[in-house]
Amino acid sequence: MSNPLALLSRTATYALLTLAAFISVFPFFWMLVGATNSSNDIIRGKATPGTALFENITTFVNSVDLPRILFNSFFIAGVGTIATLIVASLAGYGFEMFRSKAREKVFGVMILGLSIPFAALMIPLFVMMASFKMINTYQAIILPTVASIFIIFYFRQATKAFPTELRDAAKVDGLKEWQIFFFIYMPVMRSTYAAATIIVFMANWNNYLWPLIVLQTNDMKTLTLVVAGLTSAYTPDFGVVMVGSITATLPTLIIFFLLQRRFVEGMLGAVK
Amino acid sequence: MPALVLLGVFMVYPILWSLWMSFQVGRGMNLSFGGLANIIRLTQDTVFQRALTNTMIFLAVQVPVMLVLAMLFANALNDSRLWGRSIFRTAIFLPCVTSLVAYSVIFRSMFAQDGIINQMLMAIHVIADPIPWLADPFWARVVVILAITWRWTGYNMIFYLAAMQNIDRSIYEAARIDGVPAWARFFYITVPMLKPVILFTTVISTIGTLQLFDEVNLITQGGPSDSTLTLSLYIYNLTFKFMPSFGYAATVSYVIVILVGILSFIQFLAARDKRA
Repeated sequence: MSNPLALLSRTATYALLTLAAFISVFPFFWMLVGATNSSNDIIRGKATPGTALFENITTFVNSVDLPRILFNSFFIAGVGTIATLIVASLAGYGFEMFRSKAREKVFGVMILGLSIPFAALMIPLFVMMASFKMINTYQAIILPTVASIFIIFYFRQATKAFPTELRDAAKVDGLKEWQIFFFIYMPVMRSTYAAATIIVFMANWNNYLWPLIVLQTNDMKTLTLVVAGLTSAYTPDFGVVMVGSITATLPTLIIFFLLQRRFVEGMLGAVK
Repeated sequence: MPALVLLGVFMVYPILWSLWMSFQVGRGMNLSFGGLANIIRLTQDTVFQRALTNTMIFLAVQVPVMLVLAMLFANALNDSRLWGRSIFRTAIFLPCVTSLVAYSVIFRSMFAQDGIINQMLMAIHVIADPIPWLADPFWARVVVILAITWRWTGYNMIFYLAAMQNIDRSIYEAARIDGVPAWARFFYITVPMLKPVILFTTVISTIGTLQLFDEVNLITQGGPSDSTLTLSLYIYNLTFKFMPSFGYAATVSYVIVILVGILSFIQFLAARDKRA
């Protein structure tokens, strides 16, 4: 065997991965250290912990109605995620289980819809929400995100791995379709749900453009918008921004770590 | 099917509406039919052309770089003898959980004139003088590309990794026994087996890059002098920042639709060709 060569490629692999891991993690480190430094120190590239942490937190908490903002973010992301998962998994289940002629055509049109950028929908959606008198409401944020083509597609792919014998057996036992869905399909597919939860929750939590357009008063804003607002000042207070960024990142980080194992399993199931 | 009703209301209807709107001219809600006026305006609009060029540059540079990196990482992490696999995997995936807003701000502070990036590069003598990252058109583009690559490489890597773990081990064993070297196993087994996933990530990344908005709005505001202005940001500016010009904005948004359509079609064709 070509041992020196193998050793070399091994070393190169580790070097590459270590560098990649360092670059991936460094901004997180920077954010944590930044939260303890003053804005000037951050701009000057000071990479050691400072003493301004308490001050930054105080300024952040005093400049926004934090409980209200957090409620908005959690409510919008939470309700949006649950609604999306129910609608998308029902659709994915339906597409896979019920055979009909129109099915593939409808699905094909839907996949085409995936290529329509949000920018093209933004203006009509905005005018539509205005005509429903829904500007600045939770519904306006949540409704357009619920029927996510990507997640429907994802559930349909994953449903291909769902054993149809289970459904047949349940039918013989006299279960109704909705009972099969809630009591058999959902527990069996829990990894898929976990992966979809991460994807949808992150997308909703981090959503920026649409809330930016629709939410107009301060008491309706989400954390994402508030943090973005802090930065749009001509000279943003970066220390405060770092505290805000940590607050905005923590929930998705926690969800990711809680569901990580199932997430990878779920991804495995979906891209076959 | 509630999903279809929702899609109909929030997708199909707005699409048709904006198509209709793209033929209208006027200020605010005062619209009237303008025929091809918007398309003519498009051909004379240098800001639009700049936004289109920028978007295409981001697409041409960022998507291939990111996907190749994602593939490299996934392939390295797929080796079960690798030490610390889950640590590396988690670290590289970590950027995906940050909010676009949060990481955009972090990048903005890191790439400040006296910022940490310049200091680190100067400390290891890569550069002698600080680079004016955000004030120079070229470097501002580089920062945007670095930022998106940082955020999305791990996301694509997970798709590749998941697909690689679905490939039957015995194929690799057989190849190894036949004396096929590692690089050949990668190019002749892994890559072909991954073709559907590669196509999927290419299409998704293309769509994502063509819609690039959050990062440019937050890191550079499209500047300096429109050098990082993207189509989506231009549409947003046309609609909500300057005098609202819904009709024209809708026309620009259809440029994105057409681009996505053309590029996806090319990618599908390319994938099919290689299979034959």
